[in-house]
Amino acid sequence: MLSLRSVSAGYGSFRALFDVSLEVAPGEAIGVVGPNGAGKSTLMRVISGMLRSFSGELAFEGRSLTHLPAYRIVEAGIAHVPEHRRLFSKLTVEENLRIGAFLPQARRNYAERSEWVYALFPRLLERRRQLAGTLSGGEQQMVAIGRALMSKPKMLLMDEPSAGLAPLVVEQVFNLVRRIREEGFTVLIVEQNLQQVLEVVDRAYLLEVGRIRLSGSAAELKTNPMIQQAYMGL
Amino acid sequence: MMHEANRRIAPLILAAFGLAVVPFVTSDYVLHIAIQILLWGFVYTAWSLMGKFGLVSLGHGAFLGIGAYVSPLLWNYAGLTPWLGIPIGVLMAVLLALIIGYPCFRLRVIGHYFALVTLALSQVALLTIVAARDITGGSLGMTPRAVGHSWYALQFPEKPYFYAIALVVWVFGIGVWHFVDLGTGRAALDAIAEDEGAAAAIGINVMREKLRVTVASAALTAFGGALLSQYFMYVNPDTLSGIGVSLQIVFAAIAGGMYSAFGPTAGGLFTIALPEILRISMGTNFVGAANTIYGALLVIFIIFMPRGIIGLVERRLAAAPARI
Repeated sequence: MLSLRSVSAGYGSFRALFDVSLEVAPGEAIGVVGPNGAGKSTLMRVISGMLRSFSGELAFEGRSLTHLPAYRIVEAGIAHVPEHRRLFSKLTVEENLRIGAFLPQARRNYAERSEWVYALFPRLLERRRQLAGTLSGGEQQMVAIGRALMSKPKMLLMDEPSAGLAPLVVEQVFNLVRRIREEGFTVLIVEQNLQQVLEVVDRAYLLEVGRIRLSGSAAELKTNPMIQQAYMGL
Repeated sequence: MMHEANRRIAPLILAAFGLAVVPFVTSDYVLHIAIQILLWGFVYTAWSLMGKFGLVSLGHGAFLGIGAYVSPLLWNYAGLTPWLGIPIGVLMAVLLALIIGYPCFRLRVIGHYFALVTLALSQVALLTIVAARDITGGSLGMTPRAVGHSWYALQFPEKPYFYAIALVVWVFGIGVWHFVDLGTGRAALDAIAEDEGAAAAIGINVMREKLRVTVASAALTAFGGALLSQYFMYVNPDTLSGIGVSLQIVFAAIAGGMYSAFGPTAGGLFTIALPEILRISMGTNFVGAANTIYGALLVIFIIFMPRGIIGLVERRLAAAPARI
């Protein structure tokens, strides 16, 4: 569904990604894991069109994304849940969702889509007139996911959904991810929290200093001695 | 929602009636002030289309200047009627807005940096007008060739005519403000103002939305400039272009309240009535007093009334707490 072939990217003369290749099949949940500064967020920015790659190929459902601006990529069916949620905190929950349905075809189906999101996250219905900035961390993550789902995407990119949240809330957020999976969305999730993310994804890639070091099924990675030692403290 | 609309319509009808009878009951002097308030109010409204979405332009003096100069120049040198000259001026302002806006938005020049880029723009416009003194009259200004009462030349020595034109144009400006406020672009622009990156990530074409509102704002400002020069029958770089004018626009829109439809007009009332009152009460004893008072007031407004005069009134009137 989504494929990256030897993508390199960075900022000015600084290179953050070197020849990254990865493949996501429809219905799969894929994790990209790695420490701080590995290039995970850069990878996300490249896929969502916020950053141009230096070289390499990026394709979604057989269509090249390499030169598309960000809004076209959303149109193609990839929605982005940004790191730290980045809600419009001075707007209400409902307004945040409305903006998520900004694309013309999503706007037409606004009523139906918002009903669907509220059914998925009933908590948001209770809070819908509240300013997004006043919600708790977990609720904000719900709004961020709901906002992304409003465009009726085929695939969801999640950038560090656990960032800046308390351990208990992290647990809740990963439950949300599981729910999204059950709804049949293809998910690509970038995370530092290996232990948690390997519980919800099918496969994962380990990114280190801009290169893919390892890849395999979640079960394989969980038992990989190198990962256990370096990332799980076992 | 519904009864709020009803509650608003009655005073609007009263106000429209009031505005329509003004020329029949007042002197030319009051009419002169009213025309200026309406035309400047229109310009301030045009500025607030951008301002309320965090696009603080200090370059609107340039758009105003283009609108004010192009039509009289074409009239004086080519005999072209303002009916064509004004659209040409507006078109040139739009072109300039695109030339400035596109690279700014492409390179994500936002906030203070955007203000600085546009600040330079208004100074360039002023210097260009002064440098081309052979045709523009430089700092001395210029006068469109007067032909007396003429629809063709859009010249009306009788004030009620221009009052009617100013009123129609001002209503049109308020209409555009509402159109933008209620349109789908508004949510997008709100989102962009808060977090451009997040807005782009959820599928908003940031460039297009920003350019659209910038072009609309520049076009209306140039149109206002054209009518001001047509009314005064005199254009001068210091009163219709340059940084001073740009700052006056920003001040009036903020003081009046750029988040409310009538805020910028209230700003116009304030900035035009205040110097008149000072002039009448103090004569020429304190020539610079108006500017000093402006400066002091601007500080007070920004600190204590960030939503302006009308914003404060609205908040007092609203039973429910206003959204910040």
